[in-house]
Amino acid sequence: MHFRIEQRPEPSTSMRIAAPVVATLLTLAVGSLMFAGLGYDPGTALQAFFITPVSSLNGLSELLLKASPLILIACGLAVGFRANVWNIGAEGQLIIGAIAACGVGLFYPDPESPLLLPLMFVAGASAGMAWAAIAAFLRARMNTNEILVTLMLTYIATLLLSWLVHGPWRDPAGFNYPQTALLPAAAMFEPLDYAYRVNSSVFITVFAVVLMWLFTDRSFLGYKMKVSGAAPLAARYAGFRESSAIWTGLLAGGAAAGIAGMAEVAGPLGQLSPQISPGYGFAAIIVAFIGRLNAFGIVLGGLLMSLLFLGGEAIQMNLGLSSALTRIFQGILLFFLLAVDFFIFYRLRRIPEHA
Amino acid sequence: MTPRLELRNITKRYPGIVANDDISMSIMPGEIHAVLGENGAGKSTLMKIIYGAAQADSGEIWYDGKLIDSHNPASSRALGIEMVYQHFALFESVTVVENIALSVSSLFDLDTLARQITKLSNQYGMPIDPHRRVHDLSVGERQRVEIVRCLLQAPKLLILDEPTSVLTPQAVAKLFETLRQLATEGCSIVYISHKLDEVQELCDSATVLRNGKVTGTARPKETTSLELARMMVGSKLPQMRVGPPTPSEAPMLEVRDLTAPSRDQYGIGLKDISFDVRGGEIVGLAGVSGNGQAELIALLSGERTHDSAAAIRIEGKAAGHLNASERRKLGMAFVPEERLGRGAVPPHALWENAVLTANRQLVRYGMLDRNKAAGFARDIIERFKVKANGPGSSAQSLSGGNLQKFIVGREIALEPKLLLVSQPTWGVDIGAATFIRQTIVDLSRAGAAVLIISEELDELFEICDRLLVICQGQVSPPLIRMNTNREEVGLLMTRVDRGNGTNGRGERALQN
Repeated sequence: MHFRIEQRPEPSTSMRIAAPVVATLLTLAVGSLMFAGLGYDPGTALQAFFITPVSSLNGLSELLLKASPLILIACGLAVGFRANVWNIGAEGQLIIGAIAACGVGLFYPDPESPLLLPLMFVAGASAGMAWAAIAAFLRARMNTNEILVTLMLTYIATLLLSWLVHGPWRDPAGFNYPQTALLPAAAMFEPLDYAYRVNSSVFITVFAVVLMWLFTDRSFLGYKMKVSGAAPLAARYAGFRESSAIWTGLLAGGAAAGIAGMAEVAGPLGQLSPQISPGYGFAAIIVAFIGRLNAFGIVLGGLLMSLLFLGGEAIQMNLGLSSALTRIFQGILLFFLLAVDFFIFYRLRRIPEHA
Repeated sequence: MTPRLELRNITKRYPGIVANDDISMSIMPGEIHAVLGENGAGKSTLMKIIYGAAQADSGEIWYDGKLIDSHNPASSRALGIEMVYQHFALFESVTVVENIALSVSSLFDLDTLARQITKLSNQYGMPIDPHRRVHDLSVGERQRVEIVRCLLQAPKLLILDEPTSVLTPQAVAKLFETLRQLATEGCSIVYISHKLDEVQELCDSATVLRNGKVTGTARPKETTSLELARMMVGSKLPQMRVGPPTPSEAPMLEVRDLTAPSRDQYGIGLKDISFDVRGGEIVGLAGVSGNGQAELIALLSGERTHDSAAAIRIEGKAAGHLNASERRKLGMAFVPEERLGRGAVPPHALWENAVLTANRQLVRYGMLDRNKAAGFARDIIERFKVKANGPGSSAQSLSGGNLQKFIVGREIALEPKLLLVSQPTWGVDIGAATFIRQTIVDLSRAGAAVLIISEELDELFEICDRLLVICQGQVSPPLIRMNTNREEVGLLMTRVDRGNGTNGRGERALQN
């Protein structure tokens, strides 16, 4: 009996829908094996990982709190990814956005001003865009590789943050901890309910999802980006500027990441410290791909990724397992997703022996 | 005598269509056998089955009296079967000699192989430099690589899929000499073409396919082209109507002293190109591929911009510095040589591909008007008889000819004042080709200026009013079609190859 891999005449629509589901199931299967290998009952462990974290209102609040920046950033990144503009430095843009927003919150002359939050929003978005603009400028003018530039700028951003919180911005009343002073109340998003941490910044994410859908699905600019990604020669033939796709793609990602950074400091964090993101900027890349670069797919991907973060924390607390498991699950999920993706375009066919 | 190749009742189905339906034919050693048929008749599928690149669902293949049980391209080559595909199978990022080395099992000494390639290619009048990278080669040059690759193997059965569409008349004559020579040495040749005159000149026998079935066999040298064409098309042949040109006073397209360096080391730079195209006339640009056509069309279409704005004028307005979209605003439209990936985005639906160039009609306030775009695409599908399920079918699901009709239709629906067309009927069947040519003629007679770049002289002679010839990045002065002939154009196509005195010869040829 032979098997042969052959290209499908048309990409399979049902596989396209089934792929994320199949990948999730395979991830769960491999996860079970992993827990069994570690000496834990897979049923209990998976329950602790995936069910317990969301079986309370507080859990759901935490789920949204973590999903929100992931979805927001993934929406911004997907705009660029659709045009083959590979911004993988959203983490850095998030940090710079957080720094700028926190700076406004701390040093604005009137800490009671109702303008404070909107100003921080603008500062976060512009700073994220400015950080991404460095990569856009270099790519558009000098054809540098935006993958490398955005990644390296992330390290610069991390070190800049570290310097600020250890040095000039350190809270004088903070017992020498490397962190800034707490932001004033007017610089913070209102929680939806004071019992839980999730706050009104989730509406920014909801708005971003709708905007992203309108942009990619209905707007001419989004159409041009799609053409640039799918067929660069056709974009040139039509007279769409390549540089406009680069700028739009990177600025969208930068703005989204900057806003996410702003929402983190003005939300759950309330101040800057050396570690302000558990890797949202990188995880959002995975979210964008799990969501097939589609606005609503990204929402589901973001919720799933957020659950992985929570589950990792939960098994650390409940079972005493390492939180590195979260990363392992992310990795396995992405691996299966890409592997299953192959079968959208190809299929396995059995060939009778004698042919 | 045992036939070299015998097919018995070959049937091959693809989802939705029967590509080959009960096909039988046989070819003797040393025979040159034509397989005639329109696009989509099943010729390419049949050739793939012979070559082993596809497997028949039923039927038998006998080769030199032995039943071939299961085979693939590698085992076919071991049997001495070689094939030149219509769509080339070359690795673009490596050199010619490296490409050829991959399919030569015995030799891996690149220097020796390179010398053999140079010798063989010159011997057959198809010179290629073995050290050039394939991505720098034009389509015509790639075809030479494919042919030379097969010849190196000293094949016993050679399959050629439309090999002459990119060659000069002189090179075609040379190729035919080569093929006849091969045939006298005992090599059987399967020659796929839609050019009846070539088939009549070269082939001993012919099998005609239509809709996957054999509709007739013939001795081409004893059959009229009309009879052959009827077997192919199955109905009356469409007739072309070409009225006299009505050139406008002012030129619609002016090119003045256009000089541009090539963008890579193997490209062709353009030198002092000047010509006009007036409204109401069709100007053709002939030339062997790889002589600067790609560079010129990219500069004319705006895919590549030029520092000197005045080098290209559209309706009197300097346009050299404008990009493609800005030139479309001046009334230009363009049908490129590559349909998939340049003229259309392969995975996108036809309505989305309509937006590619018709965006001024189909975009309002920065948003796509999907209904209007679908209507626009549906109009093109109906008016140009595109075989497609509807505006929602993807561009890549259409056959080459149908996609070409869609792209030509889209560009004509823009109501251009200036239409640039590159290889309008490449790989398109007779019916569709005639239709496309007629559409272009009608557009021109309605007042538009048309520039056609084609490597098919027959096509240029059929519809152009004036002809330009491009060679080594230089363009000849215009020839009036009525006062010139194939030989003169053929000479101009190769003039610079012969040294410095050639410009004079070109001018003499003009005065004749």
